[in-house]
Amino acid sequence: MTDLHDKGVAELSAALQARQLSSVELTQALLERVQRHQGHLNAFISISDEAALAEAARADAQLRSGTAGPLTGVPIAHKDIFCTRGQKTTCGSRMLANFISPYDATVVERLRAAGVVMLGKTNMDEFAMGSSNENSFFGPVRNPWDAARVPGGSSGGSAAAVAARLTPAATATDTGGSIRQPAALCGVTGLKPTYGRVSRFGMIAFASSLDQAGLITRSAEDAALLLTAMAGFDERDSTSVELPVPDYSGALALTLKGLKIGLLKEFFDTGLDAQIEQHIRAALELLRSQGAHIRDVSLPNLPLSVPTYYVVAPAECSSNLARFDGVRYGHRCENPRDLLDLYERSRGEGFGAEVKRRIMTGTYVLSAGYYDAFYLKAQRVRQLISNDFERAFREVDVLIGPTTPTTAFELGAKTADPVTMYLNDIYTIGANLAGLPAISLPCGLSQGLPTAMQIIGPHFAEERLLNVAHRYQLETDWHRRAPPGYA
Amino acid sequence: MSLNRRDIENIARLARLALTEQEIPAYVAALSRIMGLVGELERADTSLVTPMAHPLPGQRQRLRADSVTDSDQHQLFQRNAPQVEAGLYLVPRVIE
Repeated sequence: MTDLHDKGVAELSAALQARQLSSVELTQALLERVQRHQGHLNAFISISDEAALAEAARADAQLRSGTAGPLTGVPIAHKDIFCTRGQKTTCGSRMLANFISPYDATVVERLRAAGVVMLGKTNMDEFAMGSSNENSFFGPVRNPWDAARVPGGSSGGSAAAVAARLTPAATATDTGGSIRQPAALCGVTGLKPTYGRVSRFGMIAFASSLDQAGLITRSAEDAALLLTAMAGFDERDSTSVELPVPDYSGALALTLKGLKIGLLKEFFDTGLDAQIEQHIRAALELLRSQGAHIRDVSLPNLPLSVPTYYVVAPAECSSNLARFDGVRYGHRCENPRDLLDLYERSRGEGFGAEVKRRIMTGTYVLSAGYYDAFYLKAQRVRQLISNDFERAFREVDVLIGPTTPTTAFELGAKTADPVTMYLNDIYTIGANLAGLPAISLPCGLSQGLPTAMQIIGPHFAEERLLNVAHRYQLETDWHRRAPPGYA
Repeated sequence: MSLNRRDIENIARLARLALTEQEIPAYVAALSRIMGLVGELERADTSLVTPMAHPLPGQRQRLRADSVTDSDQHQLFQRNAPQVEAGLYLVPRVIE
């Protein structure tokens, strides 16, 4: 077979099952490609090489003996926020630069059990805090569409790797847009499931009322295959929801006739790039031609998403990251004078600037005298935003809007002011605050850069989102476009 | 909302973060900007709203029985520790 790197999960699965291709051959080809592009893209933090080839050989044995499942032998990459037993798990931080995880995250364990081969761990903003991947201790990731531009973040390595055809799919996480925003800027498909749908055991915590694991793939069809293997109850995650997991591939082809789509009025504001708006309106026309009904929907409290998030997320981050104390694991400073000095210098040296900003913001909003004014106030506004969504979903099946206000921006363009960077997630944060599933998919190119639309659904409506996305992708080829030089 | 140098030094102490002299002005500026953004929340009338406790309506944090589920793996875990002796984590002397 040729052009192995250009094939998605579903195609590779079929070829592996039909024995037109071995997993070793495929894994070897992709590992070579990962190595070849590592120097200029920096999409990976570690590359698995021998371990990956051993996994591929085991997968080939299963494929030969007839004990293989649909994902057996398919290579993927994991965001370096997921613990992988016996392998480095850094979370993009100096704090964990030498951390070898003693156990596997549930996501890793489930995909391993399903037979996937891990190519390596992808680069990310430190502790998943960032929208440009410029906050990684291991250096920024470049956007394969234009090396002078960012891939988005925090799952920038996963998005760039999938876009550059280094891997057919990668796991990712989304606290305020960290799957959807980089997927949008890199022209790939990014699915953030409902809060509690996928286990977070072994996924390094950032903001526990928002974090959710998901996927970056080349199509909704591929996301459906992988989500079926990843999702489901896990008693080791206290936020995991006890609900059966459907076969997400089963509903992909359903008709869109009668589907009620809400157009998110607040998202088509003055801050939205005109080309992106035009592409989304064209996508909506296509969905209308398939039988969907479209109406405007207003969520009046949604514009307060960003300030709400920048209380809730830092508050939870300051609490979660308190565990990094330089004692049990992680970076420790040289020659501490006393215990306090050990804590303060280990943390001061181990964390980068953005992580420190968020820990301090969180510490401040939770401190005595400010808790009510900031933290409780934000949780009240969060309830208002959630109520807005709930009201909207009484009228429509899904909401559609942009994923990002602009296409990929240049490295360094937004690093001077944190708030400018934060506003980049203005359209993605709402779904996290309300715990809703959402998917981003490419819907055009503007001056050679991908544009994207976002579909948000009610809790546990992943099947519906994947269905709408798949029907759109059956009629369009934006998701098949490779960046120049990576086809 | 504007924070000053003393605020930042105090917050850093509470957060157990050592900041260098050169870092402090940048954090004064950044946190002031961030708290300015957060100030927009005052626009919302929330007098009748209960603060959100869980992103999924009706869901509560699940509790498990308080029973031993893991075996002793301290040797495995301590492989990541900066300093260990005789199975114990070492820190600077706390009690003189």
